[in-house]
Amino acid sequence: MLKDVTIGQYYPTGSVIHKLDPRTKILFTTAFVVMLFFLNNLWGYLATFVILATITLLSKIPVGYIIRGIKGLVLIIMLTVVLNLFMTPGTVVATLGPLTVTLEGLKVATYMALRLIFLVVGTSIMTLTTSPIDLTDGMEWCMRFIPFVRRYAHELAMMMSIALRFIPTLMEETERIMKAQKARGANFETGNIISRAKNLIPILIPLFISAFRRADELATAMEARCYRGGENRTRMKQLAFEFRDGTSLVLMVVMIVGLYLTTMIQIPLLFPV
Amino acid sequence: MTMESNNRMIDVRDVHFAYPHNNENESVVALDGVSLHIKKGEFVGIIGHNGSGKSTLSKLLNAIIFPTQGDVIVSGLNTKNHENLWTIRQTAGMVFQNPDNQLVATIVEEDVAFGPENLGVPPQEIRERVDRALAVVEMQAYAHQKPHQLSGGQKQRIAIAGILAMEPECIIFDEPTAMLDPSGRREVMETIKRLNRDKDMTVIHITHFMEEIIAADRIIVLDKGKVVMEGEPRTIFRQVKRLKEIGLDVPQMTELAYELRSEGLKIADDVLSIEEMVDALCQ
Amino acid sequence: MSVEIKNLSHTYSEGSPFEFKALKDVNITIEDGSFIGIIGHTGSGKSTLIQHLNGLLTPTSGSVLVDGKDIFDAKKAELIALRHHIGLVFQYPEHQLFEETVQKDVAFGPKNQGLSEEEIDQRVKQSIKMVGLDFDAIKDKSPFELSGGQMRRVAIAGVLAMEPSVLILDEPTAGLDPRGREEILAQIKSLHNQKKITVILVSHSMEDIGKMVEKILVMNEGEVVFFDTPNRVFTEITTLESIGLAVPEVTYLMRRLKEKYPEIREDIFTVEAAKNEILKVIRG
Repeated sequence: MLKDVTIGQYYPTGSVIHKLDPRTKILFTTAFVVMLFFLNNLWGYLATFVILATITLLSKIPVGYIIRGIKGLVLIIMLTVVLNLFMTPGTVVATLGPLTVTLEGLKVATYMALRLIFLVVGTSIMTLTTSPIDLTDGMEWCMRFIPFVRRYAHELAMMMSIALRFIPTLMEETERIMKAQKARGANFETGNIISRAKNLIPILIPLFISAFRRADELATAMEARCYRGGENRTRMKQLAFEFRDGTSLVLMVVMIVGLYLTTMIQIPLLFPV
Repeated sequence: MTMESNNRMIDVRDVHFAYPHNNENESVVALDGVSLHIKKGEFVGIIGHNGSGKSTLSKLLNAIIFPTQGDVIVSGLNTKNHENLWTIRQTAGMVFQNPDNQLVATIVEEDVAFGPENLGVPPQEIRERVDRALAVVEMQAYAHQKPHQLSGGQKQRIAIAGILAMEPECIIFDEPTAMLDPSGRREVMETIKRLNRDKDMTVIHITHFMEEIIAADRIIVLDKGKVVMEGEPRTIFRQVKRLKEIGLDVPQMTELAYELRSEGLKIADDVLSIEEMVDALCQ
Repeated sequence: MSVEIKNLSHTYSEGSPFEFKALKDVNITIEDGSFIGIIGHTGSGKSTLIQHLNGLLTPTSGSVLVDGKDIFDAKKAELIALRHHIGLVFQYPEHQLFEETVQKDVAFGPKNQGLSEEEIDQRVKQSIKMVGLDFDAIKDKSPFELSGGQMRRVAIAGVLAMEPSVLILDEPTAGLDPRGREEILAQIKSLHNQKKITVILVSHSMEDIGKMVEKILVMNEGEVVFFDTPNRVFTEITTLESIGLAVPEVTYLMRRLKEKYPEIREDIFTVEAAKNEILKVIRG
């Protein structure tokens, strides 16, 4: 069922990671993702693994739940691995018919796979430990420091928050319309790709109409509640950095320096330097 | 200012409103010379079939749309005057029909805070207002829930709390119970009645369910963009034939009394409730 | 067409923390040509039940027999064919309209049935008439420029055009004004009388149920509480109230009147019947 989609889900446990200011988590995650692309040997990935494992433990989110998030990406990871494995020129270590596996290919494929997995796990820990509303608030604050985007920070954040609010509603609606058309004999299960695509029209048109109607009614309701953009607007919840956020930011600097240092290690681990 | 006008919550003076129609370049007249006034603390029911102009009227009262002719005055402020806009919307709050399409935030208490945030209320005071408003609609326990996990009746109570947090003097309810099941309808009606009774809130309640406005102070009947009847529930509902002609219902007991009378039984024609019917039949 | 529901259970998200038993061992038989009402508060299992009748949901256990044949034993193609015989009108059916014209939209169902052009035209014309609309005036209009009540009727016509032998309607009057409600109910009644099709009406209005149906199915927490005639069901006031339901207002009135007039009947649930009974008792 459509409702089972778990991407971007929030998993409250009340852990110290959950309690961190969303801005801290956004900064930390950004630094983490950037660093991932600087890593050039397995020492670095080993260090990253240790960092991720520590954060996961601190967040009290079941490891199985996080692994389930990677499952959805298995196909992409496999594709990357296969492509890199066979397409990288270099020292041949094995041959499979017309295909050759090189040492360099093996190395690149391993790094790419690890990079992707760590990327997904790292960002999903952020979304799993931060409620959508906090995340939006945090992003709104961060956007204020990006030129050009700054002007639209409030609007973008509001749009994101409304999208989050309406995703479950529209999912339910899709399911309802689908059932209603099935009851009128529509067939979504069989036929070739073209006829299947054509069969989506009776679902998509009502869904669009309903989405526009909702948008219109919501806009009226927002106006009736005195909404007039971000100017002079206050917020009930104020973001506030606390001691633990300071500690985390110090740890973030340590992480950046640490990971950077791993790139200088000349001792081979599994692969030659 | 005289005592009389001091007591006025809303004044609608000979209002006309036409929607521009795209297809044939003709405009559609929704309101055709409506005049009415609503006193502070009053509970007024507005009925009329679909297309009679009820919704148009409610949007005019909240300054979402503006009369093509005539004046709408809310708490002494004319909606025509654009600098009054935000004060009017804050003074006369509005709850809409579809519970799903008026909640903005992903968390209940954030949604209740939306109005006061727009008004620029200081954070600490918003917190207090939100807690108070949730208490009034008896939804404190749901403060951290997501709106889509609530029942229709609960969503409407959250929508009401969102308006209350703006501290209005008057709330316009535009068919808030139309999409609810009986228990949701009961929840919402109890909340609305309590607001009027205990908090002295002026209530304008638009509905298709006649039972909901039996206890109103006054009922206004709209038909084809005009006020056709106005008065206490008893005087309105006793006109069974006229109401049916314009496509409206009467409470079941009133209808039964009407039927009994037409069979020659001597019984009052303004019976509204079971209680009154029992009294009338057991004298 | 008779519909037999045997030991039907349905559990949503089985095995997950969100597991929810929506139907628990439901057993009922709906006879051919009958008019059934289903009542129960939100979440009682009504919607889950009716979605099993045309195979939109598959039971966790148990079966649904249509004319003696288990529909969940059938192949996919047969299941789709079965949906043509069991018409299901969802709540707010106007939200499923999508075609450019009313005529095309109503033709969607019959087209899926693979009927000939003439047959489709014939059925579209007939079903639009059946819901009380003027075919020639409305056929070329966009369904989206109609009034709410008209849209609702066009949507119902879309299901009728498939000429189902069983018609299920989930709260067909929700959100309409009093006249709209009355008109839709009158059309359903006359449809049942003229075409002798089985009708299953889900409603929150005890008054409507009392006025329309021959038998009432009362659901609570996924179980059948009663399946009996309105006379019997509406005298069970205490049980009904304990599961969040009520009886028609006139039924409450009759019960109150019994204190003064012990001979008055209590199994009354329409204004019409109440009038007659009161006159009978008072005039002696």
